[in-house]
Amino acid sequence: MQFIFKTNYDQDINLVQHRGQVWSYGLLLALLGVAPLLLGTYLQSQLVFVFIYAIVGVSLMILTGFTGQGSLGHAAFLAIGAYTTAYLQSKGVPFAGAGLVQLDLNLPWLGASKLWLPHLGYFVWAGVLTGIIGAIVGFPALRLHGIYLLIATISFAFIVEEILARWESVTNGNEGLRVRSLQAWGIEIPTNHVSFYYLCLAVLAVTILATLNLMRSPTGRAFIAIRDSETAAKSMGIDIAAYKVKSFAISAAITGLAGSLYAHKLSFISPEMFTLLLSIEFVMVIIIGGAIGLHGAVLGAAFIVMVDPLLTWVKDDVPQLVAGLASMLGAGARQAQALEQALGNIGSAAGLKGAIYGVIIMLFILFEPMGLYGRWLKIKLFFQLFPLYKRASFKRQKTYVKTERNR
Amino acid sequence: MLDFIQQLVSGIALGCVYGLIALGFVLIYKATEVVNFAQGDLMMLGGFFAYTFISQLQFGYWSGFALAVLTMGLVGMLIERLLVRPILGYPQFAVVMATIGLGYFLRSAAGMIWGTDDLKIDTPFAAGVIRIGNLVLAHDKLSVIVATVLLCAVLYLFFNRTRLGTAMRATSENMLAAYYMGIPVKRVVSLIWAISAMVAACAGVLLAPITFIHSNVGLALGLKAFPAAVLGGFGSIPGALAGGVIIGVIETMAGFYLAAGWKDVAPYIVLLGVLLLRPQGLIGMVARKKV
Repeated sequence: MQFIFKTNYDQDINLVQHRGQVWSYGLLLALLGVAPLLLGTYLQSQLVFVFIYAIVGVSLMILTGFTGQGSLGHAAFLAIGAYTTAYLQSKGVPFAGAGLVQLDLNLPWLGASKLWLPHLGYFVWAGVLTGIIGAIVGFPALRLHGIYLLIATISFAFIVEEILARWESVTNGNEGLRVRSLQAWGIEIPTNHVSFYYLCLAVLAVTILATLNLMRSPTGRAFIAIRDSETAAKSMGIDIAAYKVKSFAISAAITGLAGSLYAHKLSFISPEMFTLLLSIEFVMVIIIGGAIGLHGAVLGAAFIVMVDPLLTWVKDDVPQLVAGLASMLGAGARQAQALEQALGNIGSAAGLKGAIYGVIIMLFILFEPMGLYGRWLKIKLFFQLFPLYKRASFKRQKTYVKTERNR
Repeated sequence: MLDFIQQLVSGIALGCVYGLIALGFVLIYKATEVVNFAQGDLMMLGGFFAYTFISQLQFGYWSGFALAVLTMGLVGMLIERLLVRPILGYPQFAVVMATIGLGYFLRSAAGMIWGTDDLKIDTPFAAGVIRIGNLVLAHDKLSVIVATVLLCAVLYLFFNRTRLGTAMRATSENMLAAYYMGIPVKRVVSLIWAISAMVAACAGVLLAPITFIHSNVGLALGLKAFPAAVLGGFGSIPGALAGGVIIGVIETMAGFYLAAGWKDVAPYIVLLGVLLLRPQGLIGMVARKKV
């Protein structure tokens, strides 16, 4: 087991705790760097989805994992980022790069108006606009706790979904918007090209680094204090309202950036893509990954995105495999065939995916509330302490329900 | 004016449906501080059981109704035992996610067992109407209103007047303290889930002639019942009914008088407004914590 001998206060807040981390994360980055050369186009495209989900996961981790504010409305933030991208792109704004754009807004309450807007490319605008809206959502959230906050975010997401479907001059309603391939400084980056993969990887890496830096700054410390006890945080002089709004704004802005990439990845967006189910999927990312650190966001994203190909594999190959196994163990040809048929029927039943999702969520919350990252920490500790590992080190303290109505 | 009254009545009927589902939320929340996001799906399941007993097994309406309600009581207990008891006391967000997972599972399972078609139950109230002047009231809607008011009254009396009801309120206030006072906490919690699932089953059966039974019906109605429960303060039984009626009337009125699209979002806009002004709901029970 490795002990880090601390000789300096800076060692508590350094980004890298010890040399080994540089090597392991460097190796991971290098592996991801060469991955597109080794993997097929399908897996490469799945990895892009992992990156995008991981960016959203990081943003939710800031809000839920670190500040302790639940949200079931992140699909709406993603939608705002995606629609900003599609709309500004149709006005001729590039992905990145400075310029000036004229918008003909036909706002319902102002009438037709022209607006000259300086821009740094729509990627920045997707983040800024979503961040502003996130802050606006954060204000009502100030006085809300727990379940009320969740319901408020769900309501917000419903309202955004309806606006996207109805504000046809901008969003083209339910017919949706097409997103052309990405252009920055005159270079075109097609969605299925390897450069888009590197772009998403870079955005994810920068987001994670920025979040790590944020979390070791006073702002991040305030977030964590608010999560652990609002009363205690307040008595230490933390302006709870301001920090909650900040947390919402930062989280929304990051999701908006992810939305921009998401729009490019899908190259077509419509309101019914950004429903409550997508928000739930994002929360699943951090629940499955483990809401105890940024590792959880990335692991959870990988898990959620890879569930789909796994299910397809189960559907296509497992019945044959089981039937082959059965006939090897001495079952007759007819029985084996019947078995294969039955399993195939179960596999292709409509709604199987929903059932599996539900079971996965319940199993994780019941048996591994700290998620995949928590499991990894346990395995690591097992080997570090071998043979002295005690199961009780991670045992949950018994807790009892106390009303939240007295705050 | 007649239009207005007609809309008002159908709004109240719709609101009573939301109120019934909200009642389920409130019961569980009152006793365990758990918010059950699968309440709408329990309602859907109750409807499907009733369909099996009444239409497929030909038990007759009332005995089929009773059987479905009892079955759902057992299902409620089972859910409490397997899913809720191990995670009581976890952070609320985790518990909410667990019930969302349960909802996913129930929806898919129901879709696989009963198929994805709209199912219908033959009820004694199917076609009848009552006419008061020019006002037309359908029996199926009236049955929902009457049943909701009755259930609310019974449950309200149960919670406020009986020993068991007091025990349930004590359990939600502080589980450990309730345990020390000799309240059988586990049995109380198990019972409250059974009652809540039974209320959901009643809602499902009563709704069957109005909305049909479909595996997704629970999600849509359950999400509308949330604003109702929040408006009512989330811990109050009359509040749930009042909130449900308010949401139902707002939705119907918005659908009738405003442009298309307002109908679906109006309840949520009202909800956000109320949360802004009175975060504890209209009939709130949040007290300041004294440190």
